[in-house]
Amino acid sequence: MDSQRTPAAVPATVDATLALLGQHDYVADRRLATAVFLALKLGRPLFLEGEAGVGKTEVAKVLAAGLDRRLVRLQCYEGLDTAAAVYEWNYPRQMVEIRLAEAVGGVERAELAHDIFTTRFLLRRPLLQALSPEDGVPPVLLIDELDRADEPFEAYLLEVLSDFQVTIPELGTIRAAAPPVVVITSNRTREIHDAIKRRCLYHWVDYPDASRELEILRRKCPAASEALARQIVGFTQRLRALDLFKAPGIAETLDWAEALIALDRITLDPQTVADTLGALLKYQDDIGAITPDVAARLVDEAQVARAGA
Amino acid sequence: MSSASSPAPGFLAQLPRGKMAENVLHFVRMLRAAGLPVGPAKMIDALAAVGAVGIENRDDFREALAAVLVSRSEHLVLFEQAFDLYWRHPRLLEKMLAALLPKVQGRAGDAAELPARLAQAMLPPPRPRQETLEQETDLDATFSFSAREVLQTKDFATMTVEELAEVKALLRRVKLPLPELPVRRTSAAPRGRAIDVRATLRRSVGAAGTLAPLRFRARRRRTPPLVVLCDISGSMDRYARMLLHFLHAITNEGDRVHVLTFGTRLTNITRHLRQRDVDIALAHVAAAVEDWAGGTRIGACLLEFNRHWSRRLLGQNAVVLLISDGLDADAGEGLAFEAERLAKSCARLVWLNPLLRYAGFEARPAGIRALLPWVDDFLPVHNLDSLTDLAKALARGPTRHSGALARAA
Ligand SMILES: Nc1ncnc2c1ncn2[C@@H]1O[C@H](COP(=O)(O)OP(=O)(O)O)[C@@H](O)[C@H]1O
Ligand SMILES: [Mg+2]
Repeated sequence: MDSQRTPAAVPATVDATLALLGQHDYVADRRLATAVFLALKLGRPLFLEGEAGVGKTEVAKVLAAGLDRRLVRLQCYEGLDTAAAVYEWNYPRQMVEIRLAEAVGGVERAELAHDIFTTRFLLRRPLLQALSPEDGVPPVLLIDELDRADEPFEAYLLEVLSDFQVTIPELGTIRAAAPPVVVITSNRTREIHDAIKRRCLYHWVDYPDASRELEILRRKCPAASEALARQIVGFTQRLRALDLFKAPGIAETLDWAEALIALDRITLDPQTVADTLGALLKYQDDIGAITPDVAARLVDEAQVARAGA
Repeated sequence: MSSASSPAPGFLAQLPRGKMAENVLHFVRMLRAAGLPVGPAKMIDALAAVGAVGIENRDDFREALAAVLVSRSEHLVLFEQAFDLYWRHPRLLEKMLAALLPKVQGRAGDAAELPARLAQAMLPPPRPRQETLEQETDLDATFSFSAREVLQTKDFATMTVEELAEVKALLRRVKLPLPELPVRRTSAAPRGRAIDVRATLRRSVGAAGTLAPLRFRARRRRTPPLVVLCDISGSMDRYARMLLHFLHAITNEGDRVHVLTFGTRLTNITRHLRQRDVDIALAHVAAAVEDWAGGTRIGACLLEFNRHWSRRLLGQNAVVLLISDGLDADAGEGLAFEAERLAKSCARLVWLNPLLRYAGFEARPAGIRALLPWVDDFLPVHNLDSLTDLAKALARGPTRHSGALARAA
């Protein structure tokens, strides 16, 4: 890796964006491509909200690959704080340094204080990595599942997104030479503060329609025959119309397809569905809702749809 | 909705070039008037976005504006309706308004109609009709003190339609301040339990050679989740309908409020209540809840809650508000067992019962006797004042299974 790398150019049109995503096996609808294009063009963070498994995280991964940039990922969780998100001092090494200085003697206190709070002792966490990349190329910064972090972190993030700088009391302010490409995702287990969203371009990532889901299956699961792929899509599309606690996402469709292939199934039948439902539905009450009758009806409908297609 | 390149060449052909920016700005203003939270800064963003995608493709143009102007999925419907209306006849706003008006002035109960706010926003401002609308929605400002006093204590069930409308506005302002509890994040605190290594190290350097005093951190605090179980059976009908306005307001305010209704079956309506627009939200609730004003099977519904929802919703010291008159068609069958389980899975179980408004209330019905031993607080919920009392009781903090209640049973 050359340290003087220049980043790949961002796509110039919506069509080029769609093509770029497609080259990396991301089958986007045109609306998403428009939002991605604008985020890149206007240099704004992209805020992707939607149910789990609809392809939000994948957008950031594909963008990093497509733009030839490093992916820096900050996975959010309850209790996430600046020590895990931004930076932390390397206390053990600082401690050793202090002991050494004491043993050798003759070091001024002020000087020592200065010495142990330098970048040498700094552990860089994702946000800081994204603002001061080692290779000089602004990376793709993925802030994943922000809804899991708590509000104080959001407030902090808002500051970072406003001027792409962080302040470390002992070191001063570190400012990004060029802002990273920022993708924020939320599964919407709670509402993210409007102030964050206002700084971003917002896109609601919906479940795919049948034709897009089929195309995703063809790309991501080529081992499935065309006939089986169509039945799988017909079934999951109908499943999503039911009143489930958690409808299957694309991730689940792909898992299910893998499971069916592993079991050498070439066509869907109610028994096969019953045996493999666990790959598609994650909650016991949802699995319970798909009784043999319901499964048989959905399989029938999926077959009919296939014949009509 | 396969929007894959439907070019619609010249869909803005009617629009003179110089007017583009003006129209985008007008569109943004209209959305703001309709209640979308779009600040003035969004105007510049909208123009930049339109500049970037161009106006050759209608879908791209719409998505560009949506990406900038919408920040919640439930606003998408409103946005798309507004977009279609506005950009179909960009120069003929007046005509469009005329076409729209009869629709909106039609029956109020039509959930599928265009949200009234959008219609209002599109109206030219100086019109007598709109003034009356404003008077109706901005009740609080015109409320005289004495009128409000009366409403504070009046029973929801005996209110006139006008009074109900007024109280709905007031209900939306009642806040429920749960006391804060420690969470996993920490911050510096002199009496904290964990050592703050960073702060300690900084001190150590300053005092090299001597032992620096330790610094500490403690857990931060936040309010616990609130789960509301609201009885919507026939005997609770009047109260439940009013309380939904209150529940909608608190659901939108906090991220950790969950609401389920029950009569003969249990329905989680949190998702619907998260919809900002109260009219749309309640229309969705009405569609989702199948057992409105029917019978009551409290035990069966609590069982369902305990089995399917309890683990997911009752973490982190959740407080449960059970809103019910306790009148049970199953005569309390299985209720005591489920009530005990519920009480043991949450940090605090508060029972709100409109029957408590009667001075001579006696806990005789079987359902009530089965529930009472397990609740931490037993409070009335029939007027505005009782909700204020509820807020006070919650702020006071828990009173685990107070003996008085057990004895009353
Ligand atoms: N549009 C798409 N094209 C191709 N693969 C997709 C698409 N959407 C989702 N996937 C696949 O589905 C899985 C789940 O996607 P992910 O981005 O993790 O979902 P989310 O972040 O929304 O929970 C991944 O394996 C991803 O590759
Ligand atoms: Mg994800």
